[in-house]
Amino acid sequence: MAEGRGQITRRAGLRLWLAGLWLTALVLAALLAPWIAPKDPLAQDLFLGRLPPFWVAGAEPGFLLGTDSLGRDVLSRILYGARIALVVAVVAGSLTCLIGATLGLLAGFLRGWVDTVISRLIEIWMAFPPVLFSILLIAVIGPGLSSIIIAIVVIDWTRFARVVRAEAMAQGAMDYVASAQVAGRRRGSTMWVEILPNVLPTIVVLLTLEMGIAVIVEAILSFVNLSISTDDPTWGGMIAEGRSSIHHAWWVIVFPLITLFLTVLSFSQLGEGLKDRFDPVLR
Amino acid sequence: MPPHGYSPSGAVLNEWARGDLAVTGQMQLFGRFLVRLMTTAITLLGVAVIVFVVIRVVPGNPIAMMLPPGATEADIATLTALYGLDKSIFQQFVIWAGGVLQGDFGMSITTRQPVLALVMGRLPATLELSVMALVMAVFLGGAAALGGTLRRGTRTEGAIDVGAGMALSVPDFLWGLVLILIFGVLWPVFHISGRVTPSLDLPFSSNFYLFESLLRFRFDLWADIVSHMFLPALALAIPLAAIIAQLLKQSLKETMHLDYVTLARTKGYSEIHVITREALPNAILPTLTLVGVQFTFLIGGTVIIERLFSYEGLGNMAIDAVINRDLPLIQGIVILFAVIFTGVNLLVDLSYALLNPRLRHG
Repeated sequence: MAEGRGQITRRAGLRLWLAGLWLTALVLAALLAPWIAPKDPLAQDLFLGRLPPFWVAGAEPGFLLGTDSLGRDVLSRILYGARIALVVAVVAGSLTCLIGATLGLLAGFLRGWVDTVISRLIEIWMAFPPVLFSILLIAVIGPGLSSIIIAIVVIDWTRFARVVRAEAMAQGAMDYVASAQVAGRRRGSTMWVEILPNVLPTIVVLLTLEMGIAVIVEAILSFVNLSISTDDPTWGGMIAEGRSSIHHAWWVIVFPLITLFLTVLSFSQLGEGLKDRFDPVLR
Repeated sequence: MPPHGYSPSGAVLNEWARGDLAVTGQMQLFGRFLVRLMTTAITLLGVAVIVFVVIRVVPGNPIAMMLPPGATEADIATLTALYGLDKSIFQQFVIWAGGVLQGDFGMSITTRQPVLALVMGRLPATLELSVMALVMAVFLGGAAALGGTLRRGTRTEGAIDVGAGMALSVPDFLWGLVLILIFGVLWPVFHISGRVTPSLDLPFSSNFYLFESLLRFRFDLWADIVSHMFLPALALAIPLAAIIAQLLKQSLKETMHLDYVTLARTKGYSEIHVITREALPNAILPTLTLVGVQFTFLIGGTVIIERLFSYEGLGNMAIDAVINRDLPLIQGIVILFAVIFTGVNLLVDLSYALLNPRLRHG
């Protein structure tokens, strides 16, 4: 068994490293996009439409990954798209985490009517089809980066609330919480000082996973054409464009799809890797 | 939890189990079920209120959009009154809810047909897709779990673990795109858009095409429908299959250590017999519960998958309804989804209580 355990941690370590490497590269690409992008991501040139990537016959120098139907450089749009994806991931992920985890903590530790109200809300939220709900919200509040973030927070807070509630409830039943109460700690203070630190590893894992989900939601909304303006480079928008010309110009969909795939996979592997790290049995 | 990511939390599962085991006896079971029915009704009411209020904040006048340009103010006012949109939100809700309780979901603004008829016309397509996806998930996930248990401790099991981890990390939307590229473009063996080839003559009297084509022995049509449905169903199935593979394999491996399994093995039964006949019946309960819950997530995933594959189901119609600001239709579809979700959850709870021997003989 000892050998198996070593194997698991080694594999988890490798996963963490690969995921971290890709995400670091992505952050760098987003930060340095104006300097490293070979072209203006918005520049159209109908004479240069649907140019293939550099290794295919008919490619033009300077357009490494080819161009879309409007002659925009695919590589540059992917690099600039990383900015939108990462902003959505970090901002929407953190806000969702803040609201959802707080509500879950309150419900799980305080119990009583607070728990009843929050649990009922969670149940109602779970009865909505999430994609339809987000599309509906964007239709109501209008397209744009902040709308996407709002939609993600409004829909996904239950993800944190459910798990944190259950964990807080389990922690609340433990002896150390009872001793804290006996020692005279007030309930509110017990929640923040005793319970929260013990639930924090779970919250961090959920946050990492949520970032990947936020990237996907942004891509889905761009795909349905409800995200940001259609000119702005988003991976989902590029994929939607590529989907319509999939038989004539495969590169328009393939490169943003690979980028999106690796990004979502990395966030999720990072989350899983962290989960293993935090797991006392494996440590 | 989808569209994206399924991660069953051990803590949540434990909590369910505790709650269920605390109650014993038939009467208490019945009482519990009544309470569940009540909370389900409250949930549905909550969904109705929220969707009703949210879509009435939508900018853009749906009535002005449906009239030809040049319509007079009076025309707009008449039609607004016809759809009841001149009353307060509360009055509108009472009128609408009263209609819904009598099976009247109002008229669609864009098509001017009853919402109920439109929604019921599309529901079979979505149900067939969801059930097909569920069957594929159970088949793929079950095979992976059994294979992994049979070859436990080998490279095969490691490969299954890694594959399931990957499948679970990426949501149905992305799998759909990947499948379109591989089996729609690179090696075009399946259709990537629509539900059936439009030029075909369909003799069906219901909208359950897949089911009815079998009943009528029209295997040519059946093959065409399956070829359209295969990729979207597979995209929906992949993450669920991964969950089944992981959870079922874990339960199987735990069961394999129990004494009665060892006894069966000493009796000389083959390993496959021991796994499928002895271990599986005892190991399957947690997976069944989880599959029930995850099935609602799979149904939620049909919305974007239908869009991606231009499949004419409920989800595709819902997105069109949102884009066209068809308020009565949006309401109807969201309520129907909520009814399906809560209904499936109710069934899962009920069957769990019936299947769990500890609850049956209290």
